[in-house]
Amino acid sequence: MDAILSILIFFPALAGFLGFIVDKNSAKVYGIAVATIELLLALWLWAKFDTTNGGMQFTEKVSLISDFGISYNVGVDGISLFIVIMAALITLLGIILLRPDTKNMKNMIVSLLFLEMTMVGVFLTLDAIVFYLFWELSLVPMLYIIGAWGGPTRVYAAVKFFLYTFVGSLIMLVGLLSMAYLYHDANGVWTFSLLDWYTLPLTETQQFWLFLAFFAGFAIKVPMFPFHTWLPHAHGQAPTIGSVILAAVLLKMGTYGFVRFSLPILPDASVTFTPFIMVLSLIMVIYTAMIAFAQKDMKQVIAYSSVSHMGVIMLGVFAMNAEGLGGSVFLMLSHGIVSGALFMLVGVIYERTGTKIMDEFGGLAAVMPIYATVFGIMLMASVGLPLTIGFVGEFLVLLGFYQVSPIGTILAATTIIIGSVYMLALFKKSFFGPVRHEKNLGLKDLDKRELSALIPLVLITIWLGVYPNPVLGPIDNSAQKILVDMENRAISPATKEAIILSKKEAN
Amino acid sequence: MLEPVNISLESLNLMTLMPMLIAVGGGLLILIIDLIKDNLHKSLYVILTVLILLINLGVTLGLNYGASEKGFFDIMLIDGVSIISQVLILVASILFIPLALTSKRFHEYSYPEFFALFMFMIAGFQFMVSSDNLILVFLGLETASLSLYTLIAMHNRANSFEAAVKYFTMGALAAAFFTMGSAVLYGVSGSLELGQIATAIADRINEPGIMILLLGGAGLLLTSFAFKLSLFPFHTWAPDVYEGASAPLAGYMSVVPKVAAFVVSMRIFEMFIDLQILWVQNMIIFLAVITMTLANLMALVQQDVKRMLAYSSISHAGFVMVAIALATDKANTGVFLYYALFMFTNLGAFAMLWVSRHKDRIHHERFDHPYEKFSGMIKIMPMGAIVMALFMLSLAGVPPFSVFWGKIYLMSATVDAGYIWLAVVMGLNSAIAAYYYLKLIVFMFLKEPTEAVTQETTYYNVSKPLLTILGFAVFVTVGSILLVNPLIEYISVMVQASNFGI
Repeated sequence: MDAILSILIFFPALAGFLGFIVDKNSAKVYGIAVATIELLLALWLWAKFDTTNGGMQFTEKVSLISDFGISYNVGVDGISLFIVIMAALITLLGIILLRPDTKNMKNMIVSLLFLEMTMVGVFLTLDAIVFYLFWELSLVPMLYIIGAWGGPTRVYAAVKFFLYTFVGSLIMLVGLLSMAYLYHDANGVWTFSLLDWYTLPLTETQQFWLFLAFFAGFAIKVPMFPFHTWLPHAHGQAPTIGSVILAAVLLKMGTYGFVRFSLPILPDASVTFTPFIMVLSLIMVIYTAMIAFAQKDMKQVIAYSSVSHMGVIMLGVFAMNAEGLGGSVFLMLSHGIVSGALFMLVGVIYERTGTKIMDEFGGLAAVMPIYATVFGIMLMASVGLPLTIGFVGEFLVLLGFYQVSPIGTILAATTIIIGSVYMLALFKKSFFGPVRHEKNLGLKDLDKRELSALIPLVLITIWLGVYPNPVLGPIDNSAQKILVDMENRAISPATKEAIILSKKEAN
Repeated sequence: MLEPVNISLESLNLMTLMPMLIAVGGGLLILIIDLIKDNLHKSLYVILTVLILLINLGVTLGLNYGASEKGFFDIMLIDGVSIISQVLILVASILFIPLALTSKRFHEYSYPEFFALFMFMIAGFQFMVSSDNLILVFLGLETASLSLYTLIAMHNRANSFEAAVKYFTMGALAAAFFTMGSAVLYGVSGSLELGQIATAIADRINEPGIMILLLGGAGLLLTSFAFKLSLFPFHTWAPDVYEGASAPLAGYMSVVPKVAAFVVSMRIFEMFIDLQILWVQNMIIFLAVITMTLANLMALVQQDVKRMLAYSSISHAGFVMVAIALATDKANTGVFLYYALFMFTNLGAFAMLWVSRHKDRIHHERFDHPYEKFSGMIKIMPMGAIVMALFMLSLAGVPPFSVFWGKIYLMSATVDAGYIWLAVVMGLNSAIAAYYYLKLIVFMFLKEPTEAVTQETTYYNVSKPLLTILGFAVFVTVGSILLVNPLIEYISVMVQASNFGI
């Protein structure tokens, strides 16, 4: 089974095509079946994965446009492996959670399966143009999902989402083309393969401009402050499934881009830009956390808290040591699980009451005890309570970041405090106190469909919170490999200095 | 007493004329058939035209080519660029002409003259691209343009006449600029052949005052081609003319005349750029940037899809014009790659408009194809909506659809030439353009159908040949990733076997 990665990428797309034939009343079951197979394939990949190897495994390469150096080239390492598994898991649970009476269920399932192809493709591909291809293609199904099933101003939100990302990625495309040109200039061959690019020495000026070009693409996707304004609109209007996938997987494409492109290809520029990124990330962490506190809409709280946590991930990526980088990759996973679950939970209450405004609720804990428990666990994980999945990543990132800037770490750690404030306020307003509206007294607790989507997430939250090693080990190997490669390639002594911590540990 | 002139038949190299002769002969054949028996069905003429064009294509592909493959007193030049552009012109024509076979009867196709003129026009374009002699280029240009004006007018509606007259007036102006520009170059160099002009200019480049003459020559020629390529500020005719012409003809006009004009621009302006006359280069870059940006901004506010597509093809022409300024082999390869891929998508998009063309304007009193016509199309005809969305995404440059590959190849050529800022401008323009293509997708997928939108009105003009052409366009648009490599290989061989006047 050498072609397992290609199967992982193209199986959902093929299933999506054939899904047009499936009768619309059976579409949901079809979607669940396909997504389950995809998840099993991803888990099988994990089983066969060599956890001691930090490099690329299961690589495949087929030349597509040989004269221009574009080839279909895939591979998986410890970083992408778990993100792919998470993407498959979240897609499956999202489909399970879909209401049976969703209109145009078949179109929804087909879009989700195409979206799954693009997500898996982005994380597995090792060719810059094919990466760009999946990256852009992921916008199309998401545009449709937000635009067709969203709230009242869905079209505006969907188009804004599309255009924002499109602008950034076109600038990134210029960066990719320049990179290929520089490689061609040095070696006389056209190639867009990342593994080749990793070997190309670049001057600091070149790195500076390339970093900015890549930054335009990735920062909008993350979304970094001040490019985050598209996200609350998209979340506000998207249907539950759209928000879940957007927050859990699509945002990770941005941070993954930094890890896969900016750091290893441009080590010196990454170090040069570290203070700049840190300032932006700290603003992002604190500012959006404060905005989250000011929201009245439950979904907007989660949306802004999600941006705030993405800031912590960015801090870890640019901490330039194994704890920070490994921690931030782990945090990507835990953020995917936790924010995915929280958006699902908001969707659950919205389906029942038709509102997301916290003041409308109150006393839900008495009416819906199981719901309140699940919500509580996820909320604690989001805040970063020890023994939940959220703690591990956040702790590692802060630990890594402390070696870079103790003051910054103190500022970043306020996210845990402000995070607890707005999350607990949310919990208090919605779940405790008197029931504000009589009709809320009759709300049903979670049913089987919702439980089967949420329980796996709860279990993972606790399992990986208590015993993160199976996941953390491979991530750490690959993170260290990236840092060692960076250090070997760095041209300025200052860069080596900044990354040196990792090498000591690696030895 | 005059010496008798002896010309051997071999030195004429008459094979170089074969493709054009076939097109002209085919046109005459159709006229003769009409003389003998009238009231024949249009399908006969359509198929005959396709067959003749196929023979033409076969002969063109079989020609000897090379930088010095000249014929007919050295005024014909069959180099790689000439072959590749003739192939593009012929393939686009073969795709275009079956669009006449609609289920509803449209006036122009019942006349055999339409098909004869069409063939003469192709012969004109073929002459235009296979010569480096300014007189022959001019003759080809005018033959093609005069036929095209008539073809537009034959659509037989008030705004078609307006379009034809407008195009004719603008074309006459462009022709005047072309002759004046050629005259100036003749004055400078004493020749009308680009190769000799280049040598003469290279000799005289350091003379005082020569730049003023060259400014006149190059400036006038640039103006003329700006008209033909609808570059700013000479683009104003294009949307009206496209609107007045029938949808397939508008799609055709956004590809074939432009390919021909780009080939001649390559020959003329890359000569100036090779001579290190930098202001020509700067002027072209300036025109290209303004054209793509302005056309994009105008396209944003259009209410009619056809006008939107008209502005979009102006913008695409501006995008490609950058390649002329770069004047590298890669950029020239990019021009043909871009148009080879753009051709299918754009003809497909216009063919979709043609499918939905109704005799009456039922959706809007002023426009044939307002956006509202397409609202909720996914509910009424899902396949149609998906196909149109594919074309729009491709035009917007979303990978892996066809136009994306042309875009990155041209942007890469721009980066290679050191114009990173220009590549960024091109990228940002693609992002602006994405908005108006998305607008149509939003109407088709995310809005509810209006009352006037029904299966009957949107599928009004559909027929099997139309669906076949559409299917072919979709196939190329989606499967382009596999076609790009052979195309690049073929085109770059051809471009290297070319003679750009130096």
